Order: sequence, then structure tokens, then C-alpha cells
Amino acid sequence: MNITDIIGTAIGTAIGNSLRSRLRTALTVIAVFIGAFTLTITSAIGTGISSYIDTQVAGFGAADVLSITITADDAAPTDDGPAPYDPDQAIAAGGFQGDGSEFATSVLTADDVDIIEGVEGILDVNPVLQVTPRYVEYDGNGKFELAVNASAALSTPDLAAGSPLQGAAESSGNQILLITSDLDSLGFETANAAVGETVMIGTADYLGEMHEVGATVAGVQNQSTLTGGGGALNQALTDELYEIQNTGKPGNTTEGAFLAMAHFDAASSEEEINTIQADLAAQGYTAVTVADQIGIIQTVISGIVGVLNAFAVIALIAAGFGIINTLLMSVQEWTREIGLMKAMGMGGGRIYTLFSIEAVFIGFLGSIIGALAAMGTGAIANNFLAGTVLADLEGLQVLRFAPLPMGAITLLVMLIAFLAGTLPARRASRQNPIDALRYE
Amino acid sequence: MDTSVLAVRNLSKSYGRGTARFDALKGVSLQIQAGESLAIVGKSGSGKSTLMHLLALLDTPDGGVLLVKGTDASELSVKQVSRLRNEDFGFVFQQFFLTPNATVLENVVLPLKIAGVGARERKARGMAVLEKLELADKAKNKAINLSGGQKQRVVIARALVNNPTVIFADEPTGNLDTVTGRLVEDILFSLNKEHGITLVIVTHDVELAARCDRRMFIRDGREVQSLQNSENSP
Ligand SMILES: Nc1ncnc2c1ncn2[C@@H]1O[C@H](COP(=O)(O)OP(=O)(O)O)[C@@H](O)[C@H]1O
Ligand SMILES: [Mg+2]
Repeated sequence: MNITDIIGTAIGTAIGNSLRSRLRTALTVIAVFIGAFTLTITSAIGTGISSYIDTQVAGFGAADVLSITITADDAAPTDDGPAPYDPDQAIAAGGFQGDGSEFATSVLTADDVDIIEGVEGILDVNPVLQVTPRYVEYDGNGKFELAVNASAALSTPDLAAGSPLQGAAESSGNQILLITSDLDSLGFETANAAVGETVMIGTADYLGEMHEVGATVAGVQNQSTLTGGGGALNQALTDELYEIQNTGKPGNTTEGAFLAMAHFDAASSEEEINTIQADLAAQGYTAVTVADQIGIIQTVISGIVGVLNAFAVIALIAAGFGIINTLLMSVQEWTREIGLMKAMGMGGGRIYTLFSIEAVFIGFLGSIIGALAAMGTGAIANNFLAGTVLADLEGLQVLRFAPLPMGAITLLVMLIAFLAGTLPARRASRQNPIDALRYE
Repeated sequence: MDTSVLAVRNLSKSYGRGTARFDALKGVSLQIQAGESLAIVGKSGSGKSTLMHLLALLDTPDGGVLLVKGTDASELSVKQVSRLRNEDFGFVFQQFFLTPNATVLENVVLPLKIAGVGARERKARGMAVLEKLELADKAKNKAINLSGGQKQRVVIARALVNNPTVIFADEPTGNLDTVTGRLVEDILFSLNKEHGITLVIVTHDVELAARCDRRMFIRDGREVQSLQNSENSP
């Protein structure tokens, strides 16, 4: 189908049959096809990745947690040279009074925790204590190294067995979440077998003496990509290990954490969260939610996808010039026929419409073929990637074809094609029959 | 009330501008009565075709007045002009302007398609007019496979298919040998005599011109002589 057929149906096969330029139309359709194909692929990648991130965020779950740090002082402007000397500040910083919080500008102390707890909307605050247990052992089967995921509170665990750690408030003794890959070495047959058992955790005090602490296995987590490996310890266990770690520590050493986790009401609206964040910011703390952190990643990805889309649109604009060229050649080629039709009373508007329809039709054909080809390619690529490069990212479908963006792309391509068609269509509709019929 | 189908007064037309400007028509006046046959005669380049295009509303004059059945053509809308050309005028050109790969019938019914006539009626009317011109057996042939005389008869059929009141013919026999040209002339004059269709024939062929009711001679864009043909007048 091409303009010849459309003219054929519109005004008659008499003209239609003579205006065959299938090859030219086909080549133009291919140009549009390439643009539409590229745009469909890039937008599908955008959709695929952001929907993957969305589900991951949903998996993260812990939407009621703020990660709080002390807002870093403005770094000394490097291009202005060093800051002028201030004797008062030097004395204060050299004082070494109190618990040392005066000079430890980026460490959260007990005072900070109190201040944060005082902010309206904050339910509880726990400094993220870095505990470094040396080993874990079950039933005398041998000691194994134990990695700890300090920010486990940020994520909702993906459990193979058992239940999540209990919050600090409802604490029922020391609890630990193991990881599926630990089971075999520790001597558990299955994940379910581990739940409820007690494992021994070894840790050293400040002087290097080893102590053992018992902990109940609350559950077993699946290996996860985004949440980071490592076992998760509940607050009671963390506190106990931390205490042992610091036994025998010199009195004037700074105590504190770089990061604190605060809970707020999970039902809080975005506005309420913003208020909490603003309150904390006013007191010199930087508080971010998981969504904030993921949002940064998403912004970067949308930026990349946006650039890819821009390239695809450039390809489409090039295809638009292909359409202009094709139709202008047709106008030239059909000068006489157009002139004859006008002489016989065909209005300019109808001729304009014919050429516009042809342009839009080329756009439609190109975008539909492009979208179908992209979907086919996408299905193959998804299968291939899921089996090889991205095998570890369970559930990631790189190319995702959603109806809305696909429809939008088709409309965009047809719009570009229509705009490309206006110039030739105008030229055709304004053709003077005399000029067309005169030449000998 | 003016009874003429077409009337022009002091019509002028020039091509190009500045030093390249060429005055193709320099003030021509003329009246064409319904049912008459008029020959516009002159040498090549004298402005015959230019005058015919203006009369047929295919082009607009630079000066002068053109009345179609008493109405000033400059007051007609584009749509009305298109309708007039489609329904009231028929065209026969020296170059046939047939679509070579389309069938004879398809070529003939083109004005009906433009007018929006339905397929069935198109076919009936197309066949009727081909019948009249003894081309019915060629209806399904491709236009390209016809002889020159047959092609010009197809062109006449196309001009006739919408029952026009005026047929404009620009050198209708220019591309034909004498015998075939004669046949085509016979068809045109019989249409004029039997159906009362007004004929405006542009030609430099004096013999063809002599068969018309009236001859208007032009040279360099001006009328030089007008003759009423007494032996042809009723
Ligand atoms: N589009 C045009 N541009 C410039 N000159 C033209 C154009 N059309 C016709 N002419 C000139 O106008 C004159 C009259 O042309 P035309 O009416 O075709 O003459 P005829 O039909 O008598 O041979 C000729 O000299 C021709 O060269
Ligand atoms: Mg001429």
C-alpha cells in the first residue's frame, strides 16, 4: 500500500496505477522504521529498568526508616585558599572536654541521639553500631567467619525460612538472621532446621580477649543483590556485642556512630516525612529515606534513557526528511496528473489531504513495523540476557514494552511524518494546472 | 441580460516580470454564445492557448473582465470555479494526458471520480459515452495500447462524460494524421450540432478553423480579425 493506492481509492485507479513508486516508499518506510525501532527499544529499556527498581524498592520495604548523619560542614573552598585562622575556634577544638563530641563533628553521640529522638514524628533512634564478631559456630561443628550487614534495618529481609528480626521494643533476647549460603558449613540440613536453634557468636573485647554470646536463629535470608550480603543482628545482640567490643576501652575515646537509623510512623504522608527531614536538617542532621536514595539512582537512569531517546528522536527527524524527499519527488513526478486533476475540478484541499495521508501512512507503517520488530528483538534479548549476563538479577526484564509509551511513540512518529508531509502536500495542492499541462 | 456563455472584455495577461516580462495577451474582447463553435486562430506563440486557459478559468487574467453566464469570474470562490470546470467544461488537449497504465474506462471516468460519483454510476456513464464514440470494445484496454486517433477519442469521451456545456480543445488534431484528425473533427462538430455543446477550438489549422461558425484571428496577443462563417451559419 502506498500513495498510489490511496490516490487510487480517493480519486481513481486511473491515476493510481500510473503512480507506482513502491521501492521509494519502501525505503522511506525503512528509514522511519529504524527511528521508531530505536525509540521503542530505548523507551522499553527505560520502562524495564525503572519498573525493576520500583519492585526492588517495594522489596526494600522499610519505608519508615530514615538514615541520619551529621550534615558535613561546608568544605573549605579550595579555590579561595585556606580559611583565616580563628583563635576562638582553635581553643574550643583543642579543649578535649566532655565526651569528645565537640571535635567529632561527623560522629553521632548520645547527645545527638537524644536531640533526634526529640524531633516530632521520630519514634525511635538507634546509632548504627559497627560490631565485628570474629566467628559463628553451631553445635561444635567448627567456627566460621561471620559478615554482618550493619544497615539490615533498612531492608525487609527476603526470607527462605523463619521470621524477621523483632524490633527493639518487643525484643525477645538475642536474634540473628543467617544467609542460605551459611547453612551448609554451619551444619544445618535445611533452612527450616536452623530456625529456633542457638548459634554461638565469638567476639573479642578491646584487649583482645574472646567472649562468646548465644543467639537464636530467627530466620534464614535468601542471597540478595541489592540489600548486600551478611547476616543481620537484632538490636539486643548488636548492643551486647558492642558492649563486649568496648570493654577495657580507655575512658576518653569518642563513642558514637557515623550513622543512625530512626523509625517514623509508616503511615506518614510525604509531607510529614518532609517536615521531619526539614526539622532534622535545621538541627544539623541529614536524613534520607530509602526512597530518597533510590530516587538518586532513578534520576541517573532516567537521564541515561533520556539521552538514548534523544538519539532515537534524531533518527526519526532524519527519517522525516526522508519522507519530505520522497513526497517531493512524487509531487514532481506527478506534476501532470496533479495538474490534470486540478484542471478537472479537483480542489487543492483534497490534493493536500492525499499527500498528508500518504505521509502519515508511511509514518504509521514504519512505527508499527518498528514497534513489532522491537518487541520481537526485546523478547529474544530479554531471554538471552536473563540467561547470561544478568542471570544474578532475578526478575530483571531489561526491555519492558508498556502499551502507553508504545502508543505515544506511534503517535509521535505519525506526527513527525505528518509535519514532514506538509511541505510536499502544500506544494502539490498549490500546483498550477497550467504549468503542469503546458509543457510540450 | 447577457445571453453569452462566456464574455471577456479587454483581457490581458503577461508572463514573467521586470525585463523578462512578456505580454502574451494585450486586451482581447470576445463573446461566446451558447451552442456556437468558435475557432481561435493564430501562429504559434500568438497567445491562443493563453486566451483559452483564461476562458476555461484555468488561469486568472492580469487585466480585463471575464463573465461566466453573466457572473464576474473574479467573484467566484475557488470551490465554485472547481465545480464549473468539473461539471460545465470539458477539455481536449493536444497532448492527450491519459494515464498510460490505467484502462480506457478508468481514464474516462476520472472527472466523475473527482465529482464524487459512485462506482456503479461511474461505470454506466463511462460505458455510455464510450459507446457513443465507438470505443466500448476498448473499455478494458490500457490507454497506452491505443492508436493516436483512439487516444484522442478517449480524451473526448473523458471531456464528455460529465455532460459539459462547453468543450475547450487546444490543437485537438495537432498530433494526428490528416485522416484521423478529420474523424476527430467530425466527432467534435457532431457534438456541437446534435447536442448543442459549445465548442472553443484553438488551432493554427485554417481548414479546421473554416469548419467553425466563427473564426477569431489573433497575432501577438491582439485580435486582428473576426469572421462569421456564412456557409456554416444556420
Ligand atoms: N508560463 C509562461 N512563462 C513565460 N512565457 C510564457 C508562458 N506561457 C506562455 N508564454 C509565452 O506566451 C506566448 C503565448 O503563448 P501561447 O498562448 O501558448 O501561444 P500559442 O498557444 O498561440 O502558441 C508565447 O510567446 C509563450 O512563449
Ligand atoms: Mg498553444
